[in-house]
Amino acid sequence: MVIDLDRCTGCQACVLACKAENNIPAVGAKEAGLGRIISWMQVLTEEDEGHPGEVKRFLPRPCLQCDDPPCTKVCPVYATYLNPEGIVAQIYARCIGCRFCMAACPYNAKYFNWRRYQTEGPGQNPDVSVRPKGVVEKCTFCHHRLQRARERARSERRELGPGEYVPACAEACPARAIVFGDLADPGSEVSRLARSPRAFRLQEELGTRPKVIYLTEGEGRG
Amino acid sequence: MAEAAGTRDAVLLAPIERTGPGFYWAVGGLLVLVGWGALAYWTQFQEGLGVTGLHQPVSWGFYVTNFVFFIGISHAGTLISAILRLSKAEWRRPITRMAEVITVMVLFIGAAQILVDLGRPDRLLNIIRHGRYQSPLLWDATSISAYLTASLVYLYLPMIPDIAILRDRLDRRKLLYSVLALGWTGSARQRRVLGRAIAIMAVLVIPIAVSVHSVVSFVFSMTLQPMWHSTIFGPYFVVGAIFSGIAALIVAMIAFRAAYGLQGYLKPIHFRYLGQLLLIMSLLWFYFTFAEYLTGYYGSEPEEMRVFWAKFTGPFWPFFWGMAAANFVIPVFCLVRLGRRTVGKVLAASLSVLVGMWLERYIIVVPTLSNPRLPFGEGLYWPTWVEWGETAGSFALFALAYLLFTKLFPVISVWEIEEGREGVREVEARLLTYLPDAARPEPAAAERRG
Repeated sequence: MVIDLDRCTGCQACVLACKAENNIPAVGAKEAGLGRIISWMQVLTEEDEGHPGEVKRFLPRPCLQCDDPPCTKVCPVYATYLNPEGIVAQIYARCIGCRFCMAACPYNAKYFNWRRYQTEGPGQNPDVSVRPKGVVEKCTFCHHRLQRARERARSERRELGPGEYVPACAEACPARAIVFGDLADPGSEVSRLARSPRAFRLQEELGTRPKVIYLTEGEGRG
Repeated sequence: MAEAAGTRDAVLLAPIERTGPGFYWAVGGLLVLVGWGALAYWTQFQEGLGVTGLHQPVSWGFYVTNFVFFIGISHAGTLISAILRLSKAEWRRPITRMAEVITVMVLFIGAAQILVDLGRPDRLLNIIRHGRYQSPLLWDATSISAYLTASLVYLYLPMIPDIAILRDRLDRRKLLYSVLALGWTGSARQRRVLGRAIAIMAVLVIPIAVSVHSVVSFVFSMTLQPMWHSTIFGPYFVVGAIFSGIAALIVAMIAFRAAYGLQGYLKPIHFRYLGQLLLIMSLLWFYFTFAEYLTGYYGSEPEEMRVFWAKFTGPFWPFFWGMAAANFVIPVFCLVRLGRRTVGKVLAASLSVLVGMWLERYIIVVPTLSNPRLPFGEGLYWPTWVEWGETAGSFALFALAYLLFTKLFPVISVWEIEEGREGVREVEARLLTYLPDAARPEPAAAERRG
């Protein structure tokens, strides 16, 4: 995934699309005030140092799906792990809720169900399981969409083509700031963008090797 | 031998034979606190961790602080008692039992903190079913259970002769004492075997104890988080653990000395020696703290510095400076001269250290989580009544368990005191062998357990 910060307007469409897609419950005003909002995709805002009070900078942050994730190593029960597709998965039925992965993630991309937030119905997307209280949850790059796209391709006896699997946030972005594709395919658009001189990874120096690449704000800024 | 020990040291057995109103008052008071803790946990179990003050990003708070603190206290015991036994320090005799009991009781309480902290305590056994050994939490589970087992054995072995005394003297609880005494008669062979077993356990328990608080520190230092990711954490935590352990031991000694009238056994000299040990640990603790913070400050990485200033001048300053005062300034002030009013000074220093070491654990756990690397803003943490209740309940449960123990078994080792009286000659002979002009000692006499 490549996120072009120059294009991001901070509209939060990705956040809402993610919540709807993944049955993320609204926690309510009281819980939100306590800092317990669950938002797998979160738009962080920062004051621009050069233009205080005038320019805000936005940083949409899904799970960065690290290739060397600090969160999976510390899980005592293999409830979070790097799956063969390279996605950092979470097994809700196994998680014991120790929150060690939350403490270890340098991007704070993991969220905890402090209470039973899912109170009504099974959620609107039948492809995504709802989470009970007391477990950690996180962005999965809309893994269920990959499974569905792959099944469709298999039933039509063909290979999975590029563009058939896109997470909800990338699909919803009106500014097309979020580009999704296969970084392992050197011909893909994401690979081309990832080679851009503007490309960087969050907290690259930690050696977590995230699979989300950002493009810095360059021209047109300030 | 059992007969003589029983009559001469009757005061040590008195709490088991008679129970005054003070005991019931104490138990009642502690039960109220335990009940508060139980209510808090029940609420949390029903509603989820939402009833605590925890949130994103401060996902660990009081429970993890308590966990580190209680596991630290456990070093009182076994480690100090093992070191004193191995170094043949004669003044250890009235102290070792109390120290060992602290360890065993507090380890249960400490390990239970993790259970309380879990979002899904019903799935605790997943740690065994799906255990991932790469996780430092599994190292904790291994190390703490090994320590608990070893400490239980190490507590139990030196209790066997005392249990035999109780079996012979008391009319109550005959079955319990008979089973636990394992047919002890005090024969020469039994004493030799027991001496060996205690010596083996004393050696074994020291590396286990060191490993316990090292791996507790690894829970933090193995992550990449600012001011956690530090190589010094293993020894730093072990030093802090022994430090708080001695303080807890002193407080327990003074409490039982007053309650059971043990002034004849726990004399100012004992507190003086322990006070000096506490002073040394205080200086050592200060050295580690200084080294840790200076290294962070000098390198001044921006993320480290955010946490650093949050502790020094930011929202956590009362905790940080409170810790510095309680762990260093006050104890040094109290302990540097112990000529007069030894017990009072040592007690003041110990209480101060207990508060300070709890703050130290808190100041390690929370500020790092409050200051995430990405621009989320600083997350502050205020515990709710649930966390306070659980914490108070944990302390009370520890005190209650300790109190009940003293009602079943002597809190000072009767046979070891007796052995100390009988062994004065041997100790004298041993001391003489240290001197250059000493005569050749009788090997058999000098090598008997001192």
